[in-house]
Parts: sequence; C-alpha cells; structure tokens
Amino acid sequence: MQKRLAQHFSGRQFTIFWLSGLIILSITLFLFNLIFGSVNIPFWSVVKALVGDLEINDSWRLIVLKSRLPQALTAILAGAGLAVGGLQMQTLFRNPLAGPSILGISSGAGLGVALVLLFAGKIGGIALSHLGWTGHLSVALAAFAGATLVLTLVLFLSRHLKDNAMLLIVGIMVGYAASALVGILKFYSMKEDVHAYVIWGLGSFSTVSWSQMGVLFPVVTIGLIASFFLVKPLNVMLLGEQYAGNLGINIKVSRLFIILCTGLLTATITAFCGPIAFLGLAVPHLTKGLFRTSDHKVLIPAVILAGIAVALFSNLIARLPGFDGALPINAVTSMIGAPVVIWVILKGKNLRTPGV
Amino acid sequence: MEEYKNALIETTGLAIGYSHPRHGKKVLHSNIGVKLDSGEFACILGPNGSGKSTLLLTLCGFLPKLNGEVRIAGQVIEKLSNREMSLLASVVLTERVSVSNMTVFDLVSLGRTPYTGFFGRLKNKDTDMVTESIKAVGLEGFEERLITQMSDGERQKAMIAKALVQETPLIVLDEPTAFLDLPSRIEIMHLLRKLAHQRNKGILLSTHDLDLALQMADKVWLLAEGRQMETGTPEDLVLTNEFRHFFEREGILFDNNTGQFTVEKQKVKTIRIIGKGVEYKWVSRALARRGFAASDEPFSGFQVEVKSDGKREYLLTGPNGKTQKLRTIEDLLTQLDYEEATLLTE
Repeated sequence: MQKRLAQHFSGRQFTIFWLSGLIILSITLFLFNLIFGSVNIPFWSVVKALVGDLEINDSWRLIVLKSRLPQALTAILAGAGLAVGGLQMQTLFRNPLAGPSILGISSGAGLGVALVLLFAGKIGGIALSHLGWTGHLSVALAAFAGATLVLTLVLFLSRHLKDNAMLLIVGIMVGYAASALVGILKFYSMKEDVHAYVIWGLGSFSTVSWSQMGVLFPVVTIGLIASFFLVKPLNVMLLGEQYAGNLGINIKVSRLFIILCTGLLTATITAFCGPIAFLGLAVPHLTKGLFRTSDHKVLIPAVILAGIAVALFSNLIARLPGFDGALPINAVTSMIGAPVVIWVILKGKNLRTPGV
Repeated sequence: MEEYKNALIETTGLAIGYSHPRHGKKVLHSNIGVKLDSGEFACILGPNGSGKSTLLLTLCGFLPKLNGEVRIAGQVIEKLSNREMSLLASVVLTERVSVSNMTVFDLVSLGRTPYTGFFGRLKNKDTDMVTESIKAVGLEGFEERLITQMSDGERQKAMIAKALVQETPLIVLDEPTAFLDLPSRIEIMHLLRKLAHQRNKGILLSTHDLDLALQMADKVWLLAEGRQMETGTPEDLVLTNEFRHFFEREGILFDNNTGQFTVEKQKVKTIRIIGKGVEYKWVSRALARRGFAASDEPFSGFQVEVKSDGKREYLLTGPNGKTQKLRTIEDLLTQLDYEEATLLTE
C-alpha cells in the first residue's frame, strides 16, 4: 500500500494524506468511545449530552459526561503524551527499543505508589484501597512524587554524564532498584493492599475525575507543546551527539529539555493512569512505518495523532460489551504492542541501525 | 566566501591525550605546532593508535586539550561556543551514520542547522544550497534515496555534502575513506582536494591511504607514538626520509623511489630480464615476489626475454641454454619453479 501511495503522491501530499487519515480515525474513535460501552447510547443523544441539552435521559447524560467523556479525554492525553515521550527517547538514545519508561520514571512512580498503598495499610491500619476517591488522589500524588524523584536524579546525572548510553543504563538500573524495593514491600504487605497495587499496575483511563483532569490536561498539553519546540535538536540528534554539537546545538541543554519534557509527560500520566505499557514504545514505530520520514516536524504531530488513535482504540476494546470494563488497559495495549515490537525485531534492519 | 587572514588552524605547544579524574593524564603527543591555511588540503598519516583521531577531535573541540593553545580562524578554541564553532568548522566522523527513513536530502539539509530558525525550516536559499551541494559531490538524482540503502562510498559523499552546506571555511574528516573500496577512496580524496582548491576551504583529514595522500595532499602531518609530529609537503618528507622513519618496521620497507611500501623479501637470486615498457615492469614485479632480483648483466643463470611488440610472449632461458616460449606470467612462474626444482635435484 505504501508503495502504491508513493507513486501517486509527493512527499508532502503523502504526509498530509496520513495526517488527515489519522485525524479522521481519532475523531471516529473518540465518538465510538462515547457511544459504545455496557450501555450503548445513540449518537444524537451523545451529541445532545455534550452540548448540554437537558432533554435527554438523565442516566445517559451522566454516563456520557461523568464517565465516558473524562475517560476518552484521559485516553487522548495519555496516548499522545506517552507516544511523544517514546519518540523523544528513541531519538535521544538512538535506540529503537527505548520508550518513555526507559528513564526509570515509571518505576519511580511505581515505588511511590507501593510505599503509599502498602505502607499506609501497615501504619495507619486502614487500607487505602478502601478509601475511594481520597485513595485515588493520594495514589496519584505518591506516583507523581516517586516519578519526580527519579526524574530529578536522572536530570542531575544527565548533566554529569557525557554519554547517552550511560544515561540509559542508569535509567534501567534505577528501574531495577525500584522494582526490588517494591518486591520487598509486597512481601510484607496484606493481601488486599498487594491486590490494590496490582490493579494500579494494570493501568486505567477511568480513574481520572474532572477535578484531576484540571491537573492532567494542562500539564500534558504543556508537554506536548514543548515537544514541538524540540523539533530542531531532535532532528540533529539523529546523527549522534558529536554531529549535533558540531551543528551548533547545545547538547547538554537540549538533552535536559528533552528529558524534562518526556519526564513531565510520563510522570503525570503514570501518576493518574498507572504505568501504561507499550504505547510509548509501539506507537512511534507504527508512525515511522506509515510516514516513512525521520523529520520530527512531521513525526511529532503524527505520533500524537497515532497515540490518540491507539489509546482510544485500546480503551474501546477494554470496554467492549462482555468485558464490561473488566479488561485492564495494559492487557490491551500490550496485546497491540507486543506484535509491533516483534515486527520491529523481525524487520531486523531497524535494530541494527541506531537512529531508527 | 569570507577571507580569513589568520590560519584556519594554528596550534602552539599543544598537548593531546586523555585526562581521567583518577588515573591522571595520558599524554599522547605534546608540543604540537601546526598550521592549516585556507585552500589547503592536508592529510594526517600515522599507524593505528598513533593519536590521529585524538588530534582531530581536539582540533574540533570535541576533546579537551591537555596543554598549549589551539586557535581556529584566529580565535582561541575554548572561547568558541558550539554555535560559533559550527560556523567555522564542519566535521565528518568515522562513525557510520545510518538512520532509517532518512533521505540524502534530509541528511544534507541538517547541515543547514546553524542557519535555520527555531524549527529548522528550510528557506528557498537553503534548499537550493542543499541541491547544489548534493550535485557538487556527484550524488545528483540521489536526493530521495534512503541513506540506509546506499553504499558506504555514496553515504560518505552525502556526509561531505552535509559538511559543504554548513559553509564553513574548515572541514575536518576522520578517516573518510575507511570503509571504502579503492576506486571510491580515490574518488573521495579527489573530490576533497578539488573542494579545497576550488572553494578555498581548508580541509584536514586522517587516513591510512599513504600513497593516495602522497599523491594528493598539499601538506602531510605525520604522527607516530613516541615521536615528535612532523609536517610538510609530502615530497619533502620523503626526501628527508621522514616517511621511512615513521612507517618502516621489520619486514616492511618504504621505497623512496616509488613512494610505496614493499614487503621485505630476501632477494638472493638474480635473474636477467630483457625487455621494455609496462610488461617489463610487471614481469620484474612478479619475479621480485618470487625472490628474484632483476639485473641487466648477462650471466649464467636464468634469463627472461619479454616480447611486448604485437604478441605478448615471455622467453625463459635456463642455465642449460634451452629456451621456452610462454604466454602468461603465470606460466612463466610455474615453468621457472619447475626448472629451479630440476636444477636442484640434478
């Protein structure tokens, strides 16, 4: 298909074709997310609920406005943010298997959550998992604190480490250390708390309330806008740090901003949705396969749109009638993600070339 | 292009090497004083591990110097920011660049980075310059080709085009011919020499291709471990025996006449070779490989007469006076071996 398209389109038209295709797909999936679920709500009723028409069924209005809309918005923000983070990390580390979690930020968030969930039960005598809304908020705060801690550590190290590869190793090691601590905590914890932690680890787009959206939305939007300002350094970094330096880019500053941007996106999204697996790794590969370019001017908007589409699609599947919200989001993203990663490995060529 | 009154590269008392916070400094070379002017094509030669790359990386500011001073276009290198440096010197490194989905045009246009705005968008002038540079390195028509699908030689040309669009007075290349086959090496060296002379750029590269460097370089910088660096016109360095001193080791000889390395052979046997022209030259080479030194004197041993007019023929006369007509050098060598063996058994 790509070849046939390339015959008819010039490079620019080719890009516009896929971008508009992704926009249409995302909008369709967004509407599907509002329409389908355990109760199917007709399209016009959804529209009426959205525009604030009070004539429609009250429970439908509540479902659309209180449950499905924030969930779809969360999916959009998470998908876009994680995909951009993944793209930035793959370019920065020139490694096709890098993702937004490569810096150890998700592990940091996991550690924070584990401390709160597993320790709170021990010390306070009440399991946070029973606290409902307050519980969610403290989990989000703990995740954010953990993620920020690791992010600060990575940022500090990035100023002192010359080599991106070193940074990659540090990120992975931090991840291992955090997992080990979580393991110890789990070992000494009560069953329900461990269960609550496991549930958090499976990820979810449905725990974000409108008030939490007030944090998630602006932070992710800022991160996404910032990523557009990093187009130039990202493009040059494809050639490696020395070439980038020779082309007049201030490596340390650019690296700091790239990590900060990805870190902020990942930390916030992980805090609210849990560690969403594979999206950040798989979406950039899908996008590069579609757009056939290495130019981040095209890749960043493309990855955002593709991330939105994939996240909305995963959310739709997780909520399919029958699963009834029972399917954790990570199970779905991994089911989409794993074949993509295998495809990347089988394509072989991409693994040998550092830039991807 | 702006004229630079000062030399593009000038070092005084420069010491290069590596410094390690705990293990201290490891000085590879010290007291280096070199100069490179615009329009000059210079090659750094030296055995592996002699510090060629270290010197180049120090001169482009990628590695800190240990001592002394480096001036690029008259300015002290430490005071130049990445941005200022990007307008003075462009580099092509040994590392093989391969980025999937990147076309030649994309790659070369990255060379415009120091001139483009915040988002790196190319203006018409930039696009024209990229196209022109791609043409200048002989990659016309390859603009939309993916760099992962090109030969090493073509990719190297694309990297040179990238250095050209950067519009710097100085271009530094670290072993640009390393992965290439012989024709591509000659092509690249020729291209660089042409660019240096036509566009009045200072071009400095490191290479292992001694004979190419001898033929094409305006200046040669010789580096070897534990020796003071020598610079000069290649011919001068040959005549003062510098090449000999730098490269000869046991079993390997540098021939000052031909400017080539030869493998030392014990030439104890002599043979008389009669003939002329290119055939004569190649027959003597083949015989030299078998350990025969050519001589014009008539003597009682073997004699080869090379007939080069019309049909190519080799007449081999043994000590017993019998003459054999042979069609190829290979046959000649086989026959010679055979007769030598029979001579010994007798």
